[in-house]
Amino acid sequence: MAGILAELYGGADAARTEKRPGRFRVGLARMMSLIVLSPSLLILSVFVYGFAIWSLVISMTSSKLAPKYDFVGLEQYFALWSMDRWHVAVSNLAIFAGLFISLSVGLGLLLAIFLDQRIRAENVIRSIYLYPMAISFIVTGTAWKWILNPGLGIEKLVRDLGWATFSFDWVVNPNMSVYTLVIAAVWQSSGFAMAIFLAGLRGVDQEIIKAARIDGAGPWLIYRAVIIPMLRPVFLTVVVILTYQAVRSFDLVVSLTGGGPGFSSDLPATFMYQFAFSRNRMALAAASGMMIFMTIAAVMVPYIYSELRREARNER
Amino acid sequence: MSAEATLAAPKSERGAGLSRLLGRIFIYGILILFAFYYLMPLFVMIVTSLKDMSEIREGNLISLPRNPTLEPWRVAWMEACVGVDCPGIRGFYANTFLMVLPAVTVSTLLGSLNGFALTKFNFPGHRLVFGLIMFGCFTPYQAILIPMATVLGKLGLSGSLWGLILIHVIYGLPFTTLFFRNYYVSIPQDLVKAARVDGAGFFRIFYHILLPISAPIAIVSVIWQFTNIWNDFLFGASFTYGRNAPIMVALNNIVNTSTGERPYNVQMAAAIMAALPTLIIYVFAGRYFIRGLVAGSVKG
Repeated sequence: MAGILAELYGGADAARTEKRPGRFRVGLARMMSLIVLSPSLLILSVFVYGFAIWSLVISMTSSKLAPKYDFVGLEQYFALWSMDRWHVAVSNLAIFAGLFISLSVGLGLLLAIFLDQRIRAENVIRSIYLYPMAISFIVTGTAWKWILNPGLGIEKLVRDLGWATFSFDWVVNPNMSVYTLVIAAVWQSSGFAMAIFLAGLRGVDQEIIKAARIDGAGPWLIYRAVIIPMLRPVFLTVVVILTYQAVRSFDLVVSLTGGGPGFSSDLPATFMYQFAFSRNRMALAAASGMMIFMTIAAVMVPYIYSELRREARNER
Repeated sequence: MSAEATLAAPKSERGAGLSRLLGRIFIYGILILFAFYYLMPLFVMIVTSLKDMSEIREGNLISLPRNPTLEPWRVAWMEACVGVDCPGIRGFYANTFLMVLPAVTVSTLLGSLNGFALTKFNFPGHRLVFGLIMFGCFTPYQAILIPMATVLGKLGLSGSLWGLILIHVIYGLPFTTLFFRNYYVSIPQDLVKAARVDGAGFFRIFYHILLPISAPIAIVSVIWQFTNIWNDFLFGASFTYGRNAPIMVALNNIVNTSTGERPYNVQMAAAIMAALPTLIIYVFAGRYFIRGLVAGSVKG
């Protein structure tokens, strides 16, 4: 990520040729680097990695209200995967993440391409698309809960416009509530996808486009066959980050649907919170937390690794 | 900047004028349509917050208030209820500022030092260290909540703002480090080398060479941290209660307090007020906000 983004936003990585001053002072400064870094490293290794391992340990016990260190193996994981509520949360996540990511990517790319056509008020429009990112999910959820309100929200608006039988009750309909999360989340995050795609489009080599045009390619063909394939790394960044966002979505669910009706719009993150703090099933909650951790690690670790490799290659 | 507008590029001479014009109208039409889409919820919130409840029941989402009133704003600020307690959001506002300011300052300072240490003196394994820090940006907090609750309890910090400050410093560090690291990486190494030849040590180089040119990235880092901490809900909800809660927890509690008719106008006023600090920053420093978003590329 750092690599792509540094390139996109001009923080070029290239000029780094350290060779000469191999003396005592350099050694000392290197030592200083490690000394300066070590508190942060220590803190992160305890509070990120240590805590994750601690959660793993708790997930293999029978802890309820307080941690209790009796090893019960994978019992909690079996319990977790035999719970209806967990299955609902996981399949909701699949629906939510699938729709949220594809709609945000589609909309973001479309808007970025349109904004890249020498638009007059580009800055203003871009700022309008992106402002939801500055707002918290709690505010977003509160606003959309009101907009989707089955009595006084969109339903009333459309009826006032003349469609008297229009009904829109997704937010209180157990079969549809998870889709309201998609509506609000896409509103909030598609501008982010737009911003990253736009930065990517600005980084495309104009010479290649000119060459394609000289060969007689029309604009749509140029986008489809030349530009979009060149944006592959940008797609990767956007999808990875939206996936990460989707998997840990919590605030929006709490504020928009509260996980309901019933637990019809639960996601794994709200499940975990419920069982940790309201239902005092600490070990089970830890097990669900570990499932979330592993999902995110499975996406992020290869991604970060490949980014760092790229950076290392670029330096050579 | 794109030198050529690819979609609107003239294909050939004949009829290029008209089709180009139609193309432009189409593009602007779509862009403006979506501008309305993104602005709509904000508009709805504002008009709702200016109506009284009878007008809300009679009108609809986008009908303008006939008798605009600021009463819902006053109520939200001074006497909105969380359960049976009705303190308004002002106290929570103050809490959140008290929490945000130290957390932002400390995490940004530490991040700049870390970024410097990670870039200017390549020690063996610096890349691995950076990778470990970077994964910290993507920590799924669900995997650390339970141990954190235990530790805060042991430290006697559970339910206090100090606990939250500590948490936000810790989990903000990977981001601030990443920002400064990526910024310092692009500073020519020669500057540092020259200073070294002159005999300057680690902190002198940092203080005299890197720090004076760090303003842009420091702004990015401050804005990023401010926005994230101000908007945090998960940690606030997990580790504080009652009047100690930060603003987003309070807002959520106010919205979910249901005694009698739900005061939607007050809810919207409270929501706008809760969003206002980050919105103001966005309006005045949007450029830095976007840079942070792109460089950090994460949002919780």
